[in-house]
Amino acid sequence: MEYKDYYKTLGVARDASQDEIKRAYRRLARKFHPDVSKETDAEARFKEVNEANAVLGDPEKRAAYDALGSGWHAGQEFRPPPGAGAGFREFHVGPEDLGDLGDFSDFFASVFGRGFRDTAGPHGQPRRRRGQDQSARILVDLEEAYRGVTRQLRLDVPELGPDGRVTTHSRTLNVRIPAGVTQGRQIRLGGQGAPGIHGGDPGDLYLEVEISPHRHFTSDGKDIHLRLPIAPWEAALGATVQVPTLGGAVNLKIPEGSQSGQRLRLKGRGLPGDPPGDELVVLDIVAPPAATEEAKRAYRHLAEQLNFDPRANLRV
Amino acid sequence: MLQNDIRIEGMVLDECLTVSLAELTRLCGSQGRILRLMVTEGVLRPQGREPDERRFSGLEVRRARRALRLQRDLDLNLAGAALALDLLDEVEILRERVRVLEYQLGTRRERDPR
Repeated sequence: MEYKDYYKTLGVARDASQDEIKRAYRRLARKFHPDVSKETDAEARFKEVNEANAVLGDPEKRAAYDALGSGWHAGQEFRPPPGAGAGFREFHVGPEDLGDLGDFSDFFASVFGRGFRDTAGPHGQPRRRRGQDQSARILVDLEEAYRGVTRQLRLDVPELGPDGRVTTHSRTLNVRIPAGVTQGRQIRLGGQGAPGIHGGDPGDLYLEVEISPHRHFTSDGKDIHLRLPIAPWEAALGATVQVPTLGGAVNLKIPEGSQSGQRLRLKGRGLPGDPPGDELVVLDIVAPPAATEEAKRAYRHLAEQLNFDPRANLRV
Repeated sequence: MLQNDIRIEGMVLDECLTVSLAELTRLCGSQGRILRLMVTEGVLRPQGREPDERRFSGLEVRRARRALRLQRDLDLNLAGAALALDLLDEVEILRERVRVLEYQLGTRRERDPR
C-alpha cells in the first residue's frame, strides 16, 4: 500500500499549527466540494482532503501519524511498523470523521484501524448503519437522450468482512436511461449505493447526467439548438430546406428576407417530455467563394444592381 | 472478484416527479424538522399550502440533498447553504448560456485583416 503524505494533501508544513491546518482544510474543502467544483476529480480530491483532515485535524491522530517518521514520501510503498495497527485500534473512527466504508484509504486503515467494529449500539450490539449514498456522472449523447438507452455500469464495491478486512467485488448494473433526460438531471438507483454496515440497508446511487458535445446540435434543457448555414439567395428569396432534428430530417420554410442570426422554432422537435422541447434554428448566411471568373462576374453584377451599403448604420 | 449482473430502472429526479415530505425525508436521510425549516426559510419551494399537501419536485429533492451536504461538509448554516445553492444555480444557468452562445458563434472565427 502507498504512504499518504497528509501534510502535502493539505499543502501545509509538518510543523503547521492546528489553526493553519484548519484553515487549509476549509479552503480545500470549499474548492473541491463535489457540489461546487467542476473538476472531474473533485470527488476523489475532496475525499483525500477529508481523510487528511481527519488525521491532522485531531491532535491525537496527528501525533500517531507523525510517529511514523518524516522519512516517507507520498506514494512510497508503506508497511505499517509491527504492532502499529493493533496498538492504534483504540482510535474511534466514527461518522464524525466522515467515516464510512470505502471513504478511507488502506493506508489510513493500516495506521488507525477500521473503527466500525467498535461502534456498538446501546445494548452492546454492533450498531446498524445505512450505507452511504454514492454519486457518479454518466455521459449520454443527444441521440441517447432523445431515444433513451440502456447503459452498463461497472462498480467496484468495497465490502467489510467479518474479520474486519475489506474486500472489493465488482458489480455490473444495466441501467435504463429514459428518453428525455437533460444536462445535470439526476437518476436515483435505490439501494445501489454503499453497502450497509452490520446489516443496515444499502445507500442509494445517484447518477448525474452529462450530455456530451454533439457535432451538429447543442442542448439547453429540453431545447435543441442548431446553427443552419444557408445561401444568400435562400435568405433573400425564401426557401424550403431540409434540416436535421434528433428524430430525423424535416422541411423548414425560410421566410423571404431572412438575415443571419434570425431564429426559427421547430415546435416539439427537441428532447421528448411533457411538454417536449423545441429545436431552435439559428440562420447563418454563408457567402459563396468568388473562386471562378463567373462567380466574380456574378458578384460584380450584384454590386451594380443592388447599390447596397451594409454599413449604412455606422455612418462612416 | 465476484461478478453479478443487475438490470435496473432508476427514478429520474426531474420536474415530473413529485414526492411528499415523508418521502423527501427518506430520500435525504434527514429529519422532517430540518426539511420543514428549509421550507420556512425559502430554500425549498414545494407546491401546496398545507403541510400535509406539500409536494416536492425532483429538482427540490436534488436541492435539499445539496443543501444538507453543503451544511455538513462546509460547516455552513442554513442561510449560508441557501446562498451557496442560489449562486450555484446561477453559475449553472450562466454556464449553459455561455455554452449555447459559444455554439451559436461557432463558425465566426476572428481573422487577421489583410
